[in-house]
Amino acid sequence: MDYTFHWRPVIKALPDLFSAALVTLEAAVLSMLLGIIFGLALAMMRLYGNRPLSLFATVWIELARNTPALLQLFFFGFGLGAFGWHLTPFTIVLCGLAFNNAGYLAENFRGGFQAIPAPQYKAARCLGMSATQTYIRIIIPQVFRLVYYPMTNQMVWAVLMSSLGMLVGFRELSGETQFLASNTFRLFEFFLVAAVFYYLLVKLILFAAHILSRRLFTY
Amino acid sequence: MIELNSVNKSFGDLQVLKGIDLSVAKGEVLSVIGASGSGKSTMLYCINALEQIQGGSISVDGLDVHAKSTDINKLRQNIGMVFQQWNSFPHLTVLDNVALAPKIVLKKSADEARSIAEKQLQHVGLGDKLDTYPTRMSGGQQQRLAIARALAMEPGYMLFDEVTSALDPELVGEVLDTLRLLREDGMTMIVVTHEINFARDVSDRIAFFHQGVIEELAPAKELVNNPQRQRTQQFLSKVL
Repeated sequence: MDYTFHWRPVIKALPDLFSAALVTLEAAVLSMLLGIIFGLALAMMRLYGNRPLSLFATVWIELARNTPALLQLFFFGFGLGAFGWHLTPFTIVLCGLAFNNAGYLAENFRGGFQAIPAPQYKAARCLGMSATQTYIRIIIPQVFRLVYYPMTNQMVWAVLMSSLGMLVGFRELSGETQFLASNTFRLFEFFLVAAVFYYLLVKLILFAAHILSRRLFTY
Repeated sequence: MIELNSVNKSFGDLQVLKGIDLSVAKGEVLSVIGASGSGKSTMLYCINALEQIQGGSISVDGLDVHAKSTDINKLRQNIGMVFQQWNSFPHLTVLDNVALAPKIVLKKSADEARSIAEKQLQHVGLGDKLDTYPTRMSGGQQQRLAIARALAMEPGYMLFDEVTSALDPELVGEVLDTLRLLREDGMTMIVVTHEINFARDVSDRIAFFHQGVIEELAPAKELVNNPQRQRTQQFLSKVL
């Protein structure tokens, strides 16, 4: 072992790494929000939609869950690029992660919907609530509680998956680390520090999720 | 007034209601008794359009329940229903369980909805449980909550579908007492029940269902004490 650590370039770059970590967080949170919206829609299409809708949802879910996330990112980057659709690196990562999140979350949501007893729906409709009101006020809030922890997992997964963004030129935490490391040749030091950033970011998210769950689910 | 005219209802090949004719006047309490599978509960479901019918017609206050032009959500505001399983909403407090529908369906203000809910909950004896979650209450309490929730919509009619069947024996009394209270308030009710004594004491008339037809329909005491039809006699001798 004759490797000599040089931390000075890393320490100098800490502010850059910190802002890159925020970019990672931003991409993960936004892709998660989109994933929740699309995931809910996909789950409902698959459960209650007519044949074309249910088929569409099934194809999406199958592709998202059974192909590498990296290829999904490449599809939105190089794939669409080949047809003249050039998205910015941020949009590519956002689309790719949202596509992937939606597929996984849809299956969680589907399980959640099926776990809500059918009479809950009937009871709400008997009070004169419309189908939409029933879903928004009665069914979906209960589904969210059931899938809350799987959702937290997916959020963590989104943070870690966003590191694939560096392969489509996105300067999130990994992309920035790669850039700085190759400028200074301190590869090991930079990626070690990046790993610490990822670790802290995930811990922060888990802590926030825990606090949020105590606020949300008092029953 | 609730009116059923030769109502037919089938599930696939199985005909569950065979030409039911029945009318329930404002202020009347009708109990419906009969063996399981005789069509009692299905009839309730047809009255508030939870189930479609294959023949005949049902009207509530002159409004055809199964007509395409009928606004089903509007209709249901006028018909409260309580089920065997109380179906309280577990994610809402007792107060919110009751206040939600007045707020989002009747568009009452939050304050108004709250005071309606408090009033109804006090009425059924749950005034001290407002901020509790239903999962922490007994079956009898949850069933009374379900009754308060239906009453908060100020319906003209109440349908009860075997509301004591899923309760432990010692909890049946408190729910039946609540129904008695409603009777005193003059509520129009159709009560599907296995509690024959309760039906005799509280209702004006009793209908005995047998295999999808009304086998006998008579004033309550008469039907229980002096049934005319053989099938009614057999049924009552088994359950009394």
